[in-house]
Amino acid sequence: MSRTAASRGRSMLAPQIGFTILALALSIGAYVIAGYGKRGQLPATFALYVTIFTSGYVGALLLIRAFAPRADPALFPTAAVLVGLGFSMIFRLSGGMAAEQATWILVGIGAFAVTLIVVRDARMLDAYTYTIGLLGLVLLLLPTVPGIGQTINGARLWVQIGPLGFQPAEIGKVLIVIFLASYLNQNRELLRVATSKLGPLRLPPVKHLGPVLLAWGASLAILFVQRDLGASLLYFGIFVVMLWVATGRAAYLVIGMLLFAIGAYAGWVLFDHVQLRVDVWLHALDPEKVFDVGYGQLAQSWFGLASGGIVGTGLGQGSPGLIPFAETDFIFAAIGEELGLLGTTAILLLFLVLVGKGLRIAMRAPDGFTTLLAAGLSTLVALQAFVIVAGVTRVIPLTGVTLPFVSYGGSSLVSNFVLLALLVRVSSGPRVVRGAAG
Amino acid sequence: MDRQIRRLGVAMLVLFAIVFVQINYIQVFAADRIADDPANAKRQLIAEYEVDRGSILAADGRTVLASSRRSAGDLRFQRQYAQGPRYAHLTGFYSFVFGRTELEQTFNDFLAWAAPEPLPQTLSDLVLGRPKQGASIVTTVDPDVQEAAEVAAAAEDGDVAVVALDPRTGDLLALVAEPTYDPNLLSSQDPEIIRATWEQLNADPDKPLLSRASDELFPPGSTFKLVTASAALSNGFGPESLWPNPNELDLPLTDETLENFGGVTCSGGAQITLAEALRQSCNVVFGEIGLELGPTALAEQARLYGFTAETGEDLVPFDIPWVSGVFPAPETFEQREPAVAISAIGQQDVAANPLQMALVSAAIGNGGVLMQPRLVTEARDPSGRVIATFDPQEFSRPLSPEDAAALTQMMVAVVASGTGTAAQIPGVSVAGKTGTAQHGEGADPHAWFTAFAPAEAPTVAVAVIVLDGGSLGSEATGGAVAAPIARAVIEAALGL
Repeated sequence: MSRTAASRGRSMLAPQIGFTILALALSIGAYVIAGYGKRGQLPATFALYVTIFTSGYVGALLLIRAFAPRADPALFPTAAVLVGLGFSMIFRLSGGMAAEQATWILVGIGAFAVTLIVVRDARMLDAYTYTIGLLGLVLLLLPTVPGIGQTINGARLWVQIGPLGFQPAEIGKVLIVIFLASYLNQNRELLRVATSKLGPLRLPPVKHLGPVLLAWGASLAILFVQRDLGASLLYFGIFVVMLWVATGRAAYLVIGMLLFAIGAYAGWVLFDHVQLRVDVWLHALDPEKVFDVGYGQLAQSWFGLASGGIVGTGLGQGSPGLIPFAETDFIFAAIGEELGLLGTTAILLLFLVLVGKGLRIAMRAPDGFTTLLAAGLSTLVALQAFVIVAGVTRVIPLTGVTLPFVSYGGSSLVSNFVLLALLVRVSSGPRVVRGAAG
Repeated sequence: MDRQIRRLGVAMLVLFAIVFVQINYIQVFAADRIADDPANAKRQLIAEYEVDRGSILAADGRTVLASSRRSAGDLRFQRQYAQGPRYAHLTGFYSFVFGRTELEQTFNDFLAWAAPEPLPQTLSDLVLGRPKQGASIVTTVDPDVQEAAEVAAAAEDGDVAVVALDPRTGDLLALVAEPTYDPNLLSSQDPEIIRATWEQLNADPDKPLLSRASDELFPPGSTFKLVTASAALSNGFGPESLWPNPNELDLPLTDETLENFGGVTCSGGAQITLAEALRQSCNVVFGEIGLELGPTALAEQARLYGFTAETGEDLVPFDIPWVSGVFPAPETFEQREPAVAISAIGQQDVAANPLQMALVSAAIGNGGVLMQPRLVTEARDPSGRVIATFDPQEFSRPLSPEDAAALTQMMVAVVASGTGTAAQIPGVSVAGKTGTAQHGEGADPHAWFTAFAPAEAPTVAVAVIVLDGGSLGSEATGGAVAAPIARAVIEAALGL
């Protein structure tokens, strides 16, 4: 067993190095091109950022080889390309934000390392179901605590302690997924039980709908108290999907969608900002509204994408500065302006690779908990990417969440690197335990 | 759980596929329509200044009226007008605050490389990020004639406006309108300079941004007698037709009378010919002709020359916006017979500008055929290849060739021995008509002169207005103040 593992580790060296070099080349290349596009010269920060990217990516490679030798060789490099593309766009928008983002990239890779080192076997997380769940809930609710919560852009998401501002919900999301994987795995059989049938749907007993209603209530609370439409949607979506994956009962999906519809309608009736989101979605480009608050940013998103066309204006050569929040929520549109349809398609494909790999890892995971964990984390990345990308392209009403790995922002970057470390860990398999058993 | 995870994968694939369809719609299929949305003006403007905008050239193909150079500022290119204010009313300006005017606007599609004619940018340009280059346009303007007109106009104290055309093609040879402005300032990349210049120009009561040669209207005075004479000829009254010659004309329905200039009686007896009346510019006789022909015939003749019934239209197409002369609709003269007589001598309801009067002269000189004025002859791509040509266009036939020849002879007499002797050029037969237009109580009259030469085969037609009498003030006449300027322009056009 250990011989097989070792040989598999060796044979993975070539793809690991190859993917890392590719990710480095794409990240540094995009950054240098952005510098040339903007100022016509090599960026003054060249040596610094090349050092940061090289040490970060190579460091991660060495770390994976040391602590998760059988991990999927493309996982980290795929995320690294997303990080690199996002960084080049942030650099192109503002040198100051790029410096902060570079710092957060290093911190994120640090968090990746710590996660990988501390969590030697993903299954050990299964032992702390309620501790992790409680911690996630606390992080989620922290911004609502008077005195330390901050309202930024209409949503109460930020916590300010001294000079440090961060969004605890970002890391909270990952913890909640761990909790759900653990909880649902433990109660799978119970939740699978069907007592009645409605057409083709096999309905669970009413008492087992408790958790569903609880999650629904929590999501609504996030919407009502924190006014965070995006997070609310995300949590409920992940919960329903994981419940369905765990039990195989389509009834949960149907009930979940019904509850979602009710919640969405209630939100629309009760909240001006929800109504505005919907109206902005429908009428972003109406001539009499296009310059109004909200409408303008979505219109600018479309204008940026449209002026990018197929090949884009080239990094540093468009006007993504005209798009509000181009470095965070709207970074997909900014990339679409300068890298065109080719760039936006590349982003979508990179996410599909990441999510596809995540789901494959889930299917190969050693037990129910790790399967659910990998599937949940993949769903989190996929849903969050979809919600924001579909939002800025007006497929669905816009809800403000970051584009994982790409958007500017420390909390988001760090928690996504933690998420990535967990996927890497699951993909590396139960090395310690099986070794002991052998 | 594997079954669910597989389905989950398919669901995620579907979600991303939906987004993929949408970005194809936004970035490919509807990209042009979305990018051209008026609300996207800022991005369009930035893109516009990415283009190495084409030059505007004089007829010689060498004199550069407008061109682009690399800019160190935020915008990639800077528009410059090497000739300063000289051609401002033709080129217009190119301002990122106040937009474009004149040729910069009307030929923007060529200058900005957006017209359908040019080939798309080459792939190598695209890859190497070379700036798009616009097409150049070649105008009809003759720098020598323009300079002569500008010098002659500057020598006169008053504000002067001049237009010179080639009667055969309608080509605009020169256009001078005082006061003018420097388009370089409005095309600056410093919004503060642009705004300060803009405010100053708009505060000026003389409105430098408007061309008095083509954008504003003035009473044409006796130069309009060319139109009235044309109507007489067209309606069977030949140059030798006889008209009563009293010293004043009683205007019907009123106590008022119409007098000749200075209150004199025209020489030649109790009856004089149409030709003699034009030579001496007799108001009384032309008032009689107006009443005899009636407003319908006069209006019809004026339309053929391009006059419109309402102010602010341009009946005759031109390459830059302009305002045609005005002669009211016939029905507006009902119960106002005296107004017909007064309009027949170019006062009261009638208005024109030098471009309009130059068109009248040009049509007479061109055998009765009015050519549309033309300012641009061709567009060339950056390599110098001609990508579009704009041929001369006939607008109308206000006179038969015979009547045109007769009117030409009458105008030759005006310069040879009539009111326009100041326009005489040795060895060249000049056909012309003077005008001294009253406008308002106490204001000094506008002095007019319009002419073409050589009379037997004209290559230049010109119209000049000197506002408010110029240096002669209340003593001014078209013959004394405006005719010498016209002569200088004609000499330049004939290469004398």
